[in-house]
Amino acid sequence: MAEIRVEHLRKAFGDFVAVQDSNFVVGHGEFFVMLGPSGCGKTTTLRMIAGLELPTGGKILLGGEDVTMRRARERDIAFVFQLFALYPHMNVRKNIGFPLLAQGMPGAEIRTRVEETAKLLRIDHLLNKSVSGLAGGDRQRVALGRAIVRRPKCFLMDEPLGTLDTEFRDLMVHELRELHNRIHATTVYVTHDQMEAMSMADKIAVMNHGVIEQFGTPREIYDRPATMFVADFIGSPPMNFLGFGGGLSKGAREIVVQGAKVAVPEVREDIAPADMALGIRPEHIRFDDGSKLRGAIYGTEYLGTTQIVAVETSDGIIKARVPAEIRLNPGDHVGLSLSSARLSLFEKSSGRAVRTAIHDGVSQGRAQHG
Amino acid sequence: MSLTSAHSVVAPSATSKRVAGTIIVLYALISIVPLLWIFATSFKTPPDSIAYPPKILFQPSLEGYCNLFSTRTRQTPEYINSLGPATGVCDETVRKRNMVIAGPSNFMPRFVNSLIIAFGSTFCAVFLGTLSAYGFSRFKVPLADDLLFFILSTRMMPPIAVAIPIYLMYRELGLSDTALGMILLYTAVNVSLAVWLLKGFIDEIPREYEEAAMIDGYTRLQAFWRTVLPQATTGIAATAIFCLIFAWNEYAFAALLTSGTAQTAPPFIPTIIGEGGQDWPAVAAGTTIFLVPILVFTILLRKQLLRGITFGAVRK
Ligand SMILES: Nc1ncnc2c1ncn2[C@@H]1O[C@H](COP(=O)(O)OP(=O)(O)OP(=O)(O)O)[C@@H](O)[C@H]1O
Ligand SMILES: [Mg+2]
Repeated sequence: MAEIRVEHLRKAFGDFVAVQDSNFVVGHGEFFVMLGPSGCGKTTTLRMIAGLELPTGGKILLGGEDVTMRRARERDIAFVFQLFALYPHMNVRKNIGFPLLAQGMPGAEIRTRVEETAKLLRIDHLLNKSVSGLAGGDRQRVALGRAIVRRPKCFLMDEPLGTLDTEFRDLMVHELRELHNRIHATTVYVTHDQMEAMSMADKIAVMNHGVIEQFGTPREIYDRPATMFVADFIGSPPMNFLGFGGGLSKGAREIVVQGAKVAVPEVREDIAPADMALGIRPEHIRFDDGSKLRGAIYGTEYLGTTQIVAVETSDGIIKARVPAEIRLNPGDHVGLSLSSARLSLFEKSSGRAVRTAIHDGVSQGRAQHG
Repeated sequence: MSLTSAHSVVAPSATSKRVAGTIIVLYALISIVPLLWIFATSFKTPPDSIAYPPKILFQPSLEGYCNLFSTRTRQTPEYINSLGPATGVCDETVRKRNMVIAGPSNFMPRFVNSLIIAFGSTFCAVFLGTLSAYGFSRFKVPLADDLLFFILSTRMMPPIAVAIPIYLMYRELGLSDTALGMILLYTAVNVSLAVWLLKGFIDEIPREYEEAAMIDGYTRLQAFWRTVLPQATTGIAATAIFCLIFAWNEYAFAALLTSGTAQTAPPFIPTIIGEGGQDWPAVAAGTTIFLVPILVFTILLRKQLLRGITFGAVRK
């Protein structure tokens, strides 16, 4: 097992830049998730780490060794593909043992290793089956088996649950994390599903258009989004934005939104007058008739223990997550009270989060690029 | 992974099925009658073979096969009677026509030439075709599209159009009437077909298979050998059979470039006619034997061949 360090990694296909200046470190034994919308460069990054694609620039270090230009087979990495890539002309046993065969391991040893691995994944009863008849979840387990049997330095997984049914997916998310807890393998996991990312990751990198927008723990990313993109991409429903104008000065603790004064975490930097946005998670909104910030109920979505309420304000619709017991009727006017300590402030033009008291004690997780 | 199979969206009506069935049966009859005719003729005696009206029922004889495999000399009946008892079916058959067997004919060596040249060139064309197709399919080849078009364009004229330059070049190079020359020639003609057919098949195999193998510690060549080839067998078999049929049946170049040691069966068979009268049963026997290898090969690979022919119809 080893640490993966990616420095200023860049990949261009002709004029198109798929990955720009990525920087991150995956610690020894960490489960790292790359999250982002389709086409943002997740697979490309992973393929560069694996050695299937050569970077246009930058460095990849594996356990401290520079492997940027090494061949895939010299990196001691395992890769789980979205379509599993199980060899149709081999049975389960041969598929799992295939990487060991490459090392010239004696047959008897391959046998025991394959059986151990199959037991770990609870597919030992399938060893002599053909892979073409397997159900999605079992195909996935075989693909995982082929990855872990070799005990490589690290695992790379490209949307390994992408093709599974929802039912299997939840099960596999759980199984994967459990497997990780048992074998503690450094893992890079790619997905566009935030629930998968949040429930499995030790660290997440949120990518967009080839850029890592934020790198941090699931909690940091949820509580202190570094950019409006991250705030909007994570959370269901995502963070609400209310626009406001004017500059901010260091030490400010209050802003004016739609004519109402809103207390915010203490601002830690000076911002010249510009279009700004106040970011509020739906669960940080309460209804309070005393509040000056007002809106009209537009609709509700009942979820059992909570409900999502859409409120029409003068700056568009914002969504609040409130207890399910509260009775609301469309058209009712309500006051909105916001949990001051949990609010985020953004500069609209760059999308960047303004440094405030919520960032105290943490280094701002945004990757160092322009 | 799901397999898509070609099927009509609208089920055919009973009438259209009957019409289609009739056409197929008619076509099969038209194709098979000449073959049956040849097969029957090969077992006739020379007089039966030219009888008019043609004999449908006849006393089968091995004379055609005896004549095909032997050369004979005419002798006086007295001389033949002075010989001991006949040593086999052929000896007996031949003696009835006042002849004795002088030795083996050239048919066997010509047939062996055909086997060597056809299978040799098929192997080379498929081997080169598979590797080039893999290269075109997986790597960024500079000017790949132009190269592929160029390769295809070699098929756009009938190969015989270049017969004279090839004849002259072969004479200069000492390749005339050599098995090597014929193998090179047929390989060159077939390799374009092989590249195009195989590229289609290899394009269909996701590259993740080799990538997985390469990450797992195999070299690209090993990965190709262990993961791509096994999945390309259908395509390779279909391609091989197309190449083989061409090389096996090719007449014009063989007639032009081979005359002696490297002569193949197609130009040889017609020469049988000349030897001692119009020996149609011997010609028919040669043709019948000539058909056997292709028949066997086709039957062995018929599934792959079918897929090779319908290929493209099932692509998404
Ligand atoms: N070989 C290539 N040549 C040209 N462009 C490419 C190549 N590979 C990827 N791209 C482009 O790079 C961008 C990033 O691709 P990538 O596959 O990394 O996205 P992704 O984040 O994995 O998306 P998805 O969630 O759809 O898998 C895409 O716009 C894609 O079209
Ligand atoms: Mg991808």
